[in-house]
Amino acid sequence: MTPSSQSAAGIHEASDPHGAKKKFLADAAEHVRDTDHRAFVRKALGGYYTSRDTQKARYRDWEQARDAASLAKWSAVNRLDVLLPQFVAAFEANGGTVHWARDADEARGIVLELLKAAKAKAVIKSKCMTSEEIHLNAAMERDGYGVVESDLGEFIQQLRGEPPYHFVFPCMHVRRDEISDLFGRHLGSPPTDSPEELTMIARRHMRRLYVDADVGITGGNFLVAETGQISITENEGNARLTAALPRVHIALVGIEKVVANLDDLSVLLPMLATAGAGQPLTCYNTLYSGPRQPGEPDGPEEMHVVLLDNSRTALLADPEQRDALHCIRCGACLNVCPIFKNVGGFTYGTTYQGPIGSVITPHLRGLADWNHLSGASSLCGACTDACPVRIDIHHHLLHNRRNAARTTPSRLERLGHRLFVAVARRPWLFAAGGAMFRHTLWLAKRLRLPLLRAWLATRDLPPAPAQSFRAQWKAKA
Amino acid sequence: MNVSLFIPCFVDQMVPRVGLAVARVLERLGHPCEFRAAQTCCGQPSFNAGYWDEARAVAIRAVEVFEGADAVVGPSGSCVAMMRVFYPQLLEGTPHETAALDLASRTFEFSEFLVEKLGVTDVGACFPHRVTYHDGCHGLRELRIKEAPRRLLQAVRDLQLVECDEPEACCGFGGLFSVKYPMISTAMAEVKAGSLARTECDYIVSSDPTCQLQLDGWLSRYGRHIRTIHLAEVLAGTEP
Repeated sequence: MTPSSQSAAGIHEASDPHGAKKKFLADAAEHVRDTDHRAFVRKALGGYYTSRDTQKARYRDWEQARDAASLAKWSAVNRLDVLLPQFVAAFEANGGTVHWARDADEARGIVLELLKAAKAKAVIKSKCMTSEEIHLNAAMERDGYGVVESDLGEFIQQLRGEPPYHFVFPCMHVRRDEISDLFGRHLGSPPTDSPEELTMIARRHMRRLYVDADVGITGGNFLVAETGQISITENEGNARLTAALPRVHIALVGIEKVVANLDDLSVLLPMLATAGAGQPLTCYNTLYSGPRQPGEPDGPEEMHVVLLDNSRTALLADPEQRDALHCIRCGACLNVCPIFKNVGGFTYGTTYQGPIGSVITPHLRGLADWNHLSGASSLCGACTDACPVRIDIHHHLLHNRRNAARTTPSRLERLGHRLFVAVARRPWLFAAGGAMFRHTLWLAKRLRLPLLRAWLATRDLPPAPAQSFRAQWKAKA
Repeated sequence: MNVSLFIPCFVDQMVPRVGLAVARVLERLGHPCEFRAAQTCCGQPSFNAGYWDEARAVAIRAVEVFEGADAVVGPSGSCVAMMRVFYPQLLEGTPHETAALDLASRTFEFSEFLVEKLGVTDVGACFPHRVTYHDGCHGLRELRIKEAPRRLLQAVRDLQLVECDEPEACCGFGGLFSVKYPMISTAMAEVKAGSLARTECDYIVSSDPTCQLQLDGWLSRYGRHIRTIHLAEVLAGTEP
């Protein structure tokens, strides 16, 4: 019983240039009609806003903390060439092994080789978005390995055959009674409405699996260059068991996760918890230094870190959007995003949903196929205000739009803008065009011309006034 | 102080009464207004769609049109943000960069001009209604205007100001976004208009005529009786 978490429902590769956009539009249209679901998600986030604000208020100065966190990430992202080798040297000195993966293919290959070498039968995983990014579960299952997600939310999504709905709260869209039914079907548990009981059901099921697993796979929230340690943030203790009980521990981590030292980590850990979950700190924050040392009673025999590039260096090469690599995957931008709240996590069709996903997905998977995510924004900027590391998220959506207009412009759209500009540069033509627009608006409405049709389907439009401001001003003088 | 009115194209063509209200308030306070008829549009539609080369041509014109004006004042947080925040970026590295920065330093959104620049909060208006205020995103997050419109409203006689439960939520307009992604835009309008309507007020006051277009469009279609009004109209004491 190991359903894949990368079912066809979730990760859809674009089959034609506009495939991803068409699917996005269709899924968004369907999702907004589900008013119950939208209300459920809004309500689920209500508790988060309250606790986030409570925790933010405990900072002497949250804005200054954002500056410090942003600086810590900025100085690390701009010194990867120094910090990554430093991390590698320190981690290897502790007995760990480092693997470099240029892309998803290489990363999957490395992990599968490690599983083979370990003669693994069963694999247990803790929450790891990089593994979603490279579709690791599907690859492991194809090679015959049993894989179980140990994070409760990810486990629920695995049983449902769905990818995460939200990269921090993977099953935030699932109601409690649905989880009870799901566990009843898959684990034979009796129905219950109690969150504690549901957690215990998963826990009882999971305990044996930790012991049976030969290999534990985790992600990593931060790599500490100074000490060669991997920092993992969690609330359930499952990542600790995943890392400590199996013979082999593999951590799959993006190269941008490195920070200089423990001081910087001490700024980032509480901010991750506050921005991401409204907690002062998460329940468990653990630093993993390497495999079991001589004389130690427990810990894995081998510890491997796979450092994943997968287009991160391409993003690094873009000075304008480089700060997107500051992202600590807290999910705060999703939680405040009106687009996310109204279209839901699956509509994006990406590993990383929400505003930050809309910024980075074009860099990870191609601008031509994924620019529509940057277009699907009112540019309200709530994301940028929420970001604990001050990524200029909503302006990067504008930058993506500009880059797309340069590299793959729509001829019709460009013509439209050129016509508009030609009119806007000539006040007499602008006044005449405006008058024509006002006097024929009633007709355009009746004819339901393309853009008007989209407006009028759900919104009224007032009649145009007889006279423009400029005409009235002239008459007044 | 001589004020040069920045009348966004949408105001010019669709809601001229807002521009007239701005002039009425400013002139009543003793600040004569001029309108430079060579102005057209700020270029934001093309800029937001990614057509920056096209938008740049419009921006250069606007910078030239407002040359030498003491203060350029506009009744739209969004269009003022275009001029103040985005023109300097758009014209960076061009011969017009300095002029764009200069214009940015002289450009103000209507409510912030009154409160921050003129130091006025009581303009002598009377508006016997219960109202709520809708923060337009560009005014709120690009220009950081939050208190100015509220202080102006609190000084209006017989006006009761109440806050909705999501004052900072976006109305979903977003320019061309509203017609390119109409289903998302409408869902956002529904959420925001719902929050505003729950205050059971008579009017929704806004500093952005295009937010008003979006909210009124939805409220009217779904048979709600509450409507928006521009802050300048409230302060001019001219109910629509």
